[in-house]
This record gives sequence, structure tokens and C-alpha cells, in this order.
Amino acid sequence: MITEIILIFGIVVVGTGGEICLTRAMKTIGEVHDFRPRALLNVFGRAMRVGWMWIALLLMAAGFFSLLGMLSLENVSFVVPVTALSYVVGAYGGALFLGEKVTRQRWLGVLLVCIGVTMVWKGQG
Amino acid sequence: MTPGSGLHLKTFFLLLIMVIFGPLGDVLLSKGMKDLGEIPNWSPAELAHLFVAVFTSGMIWLGIACLIGFFLAYTLVLSWADYSFVQPASSFSYGVVALLGHFVLGEVITPLRWAGILVICCGVLIVGHTPPRTTDHTTDHTTDLTMETTITLERS
Repeated sequence: MITEIILIFGIVVVGTGGEICLTRAMKTIGEVHDFRPRALLNVFGRAMRVGWMWIALLLMAAGFFSLLGMLSLENVSFVVPVTALSYVVGAYGGALFLGEKVTRQRWLGVLLVCIGVTMVWKGQG
Repeated sequence: MTPGSGLHLKTFFLLLIMVIFGPLGDVLLSKGMKDLGEIPNWSPAELAHLFVAVFTSGMIWLGIACLIGFFLAYTLVLSWADYSFVQPASSFSYGVVALLGHFVLGEVITPLRWAGILVICCGVLIVGHTPPRTTDHTTDHTTDLTMETTITLERS
């Protein structure tokens, strides 16, 4: 059980932290307009020179290996919905680190997600 | 986000790629890991053996390829859309992954779990109906730019 909790923490908190860093890195690069292969290579080349991107990759890799470990223990239809808890972390992280305004409506959505996750947990076969 | 139809088109096209490739990658990874069997213990030797087994599995490589496709689309869409918009918008993957788990892997999904997935989708849809961009479009990223410039200077 402790292993599962650690792995869920890795997926939800560490993985989402990586995605927030990724968002920050891509906002630094700016909107992509040109989708030709050479232009996309240029975009990813520029992205790899942003420090946040490296932090993002590190955290997301940790989240990914946590996902692999969890998938070896539980069904995918249980593991993936549980990762919906990342919406709570994402909402807090978006407000704290990206300056996003989390409205009541958005929190209502997050609450529903949490209820849904609990139902998925209870509904484990 | 600007109201331009081109912007919406490319946003939803990339979201479609995410919704298809993300769950497919998860299911392939799950099948690959299940084929390897449960991890008996977490000793370094066992983990090293597992590491080799994981990266010699074709199923897992296929799953990784799908997740790379997902990641590229995700990265690109985050260059213009809010994280709090993209994250909920990709919520339909929960339904997709449940269907794949049920029909491809033969997993048993109880009615309560189906209901839970439905509630999750409702929740993320509500989040998705909030304004897609709540931050200033011209947010100051001086720190980020400094990091980028520093690395560039170090390389030159």
C-alpha cells in the first residue's frame, strides 16, 4: 500500500510539477505558428536552451517511471483516473507558479474530479 | 487565445492527437508491463533486471512512441494555450482509456467506476468552460529569458 501511495505521489505531484515547468518553458518560447518540420526542430532546439525545460523533463521522467511502476501493480482503468488528482495540483500550481486565476467555477470542476476519483477508487474490482 | 479560427483549428487538432495517442500509449504500456509480470521485490538487482526487460519490450516501445506523439502535441499547444485550459480539454482521454482497457485488455470495469469516470469528465468539462487564458499575454519571463540567454552565451 505504501508503495502505491509513493507511486501515486510521483505521478500526481512530481509529474504535474514537471508539466507546470514545461508550460513555463513553452510560454518563454512563444506561440508556434510554423509547423513545418524544420521550424518545429528550431522550436524544440530553442526550448532545450530554456532551464525550465530541463527541470520539466527531469520531473516528468520521475512521474513517468512512477506511472510504469503503478501500471505493473494495478489496472490501467484504475491508474489513469487516479492521476486526475493532478487537476488539484495543477490548479494550485497554475495559481502559484504561473499566475493563473482559479475561479469558483474552476474549483467546482476540480471538486467533481476529486469525487470522481474517489468513486473510481471505491469501484476497484 | 485570439478568436482566430486558425488558432482554434490547430488547438483542437493537437488536442485530438493528445486524446488519441495518450490513452493508446498508456494501454500499450500497461499491456507491456503486465506481460513482464508483477515486480517481486524492489532490490537494485531486481530493478536493473526490470529496466532491461522494459526497454527490450516491443509493446513498451510502441507505447513510448505513442506517448512521444502525445508529448510533442502537448508541448506545442502549451506554447499558446493556458495549462489550465489544455489539461481539462484533454480529459476525454479518461473515457478513451476506459474503453481501451475494457475492450482491448479485457479489464472488468464496475458500474461505480464507470460513474466515477463520468463524474471526472463532467468536472474537467466545467473547468474547461472557464476562460482559457487568465494571465496577461505579455507576462514577463525575464528570469526564463535570462536562463536561455545564459545557456546560449555559455555555448558560444
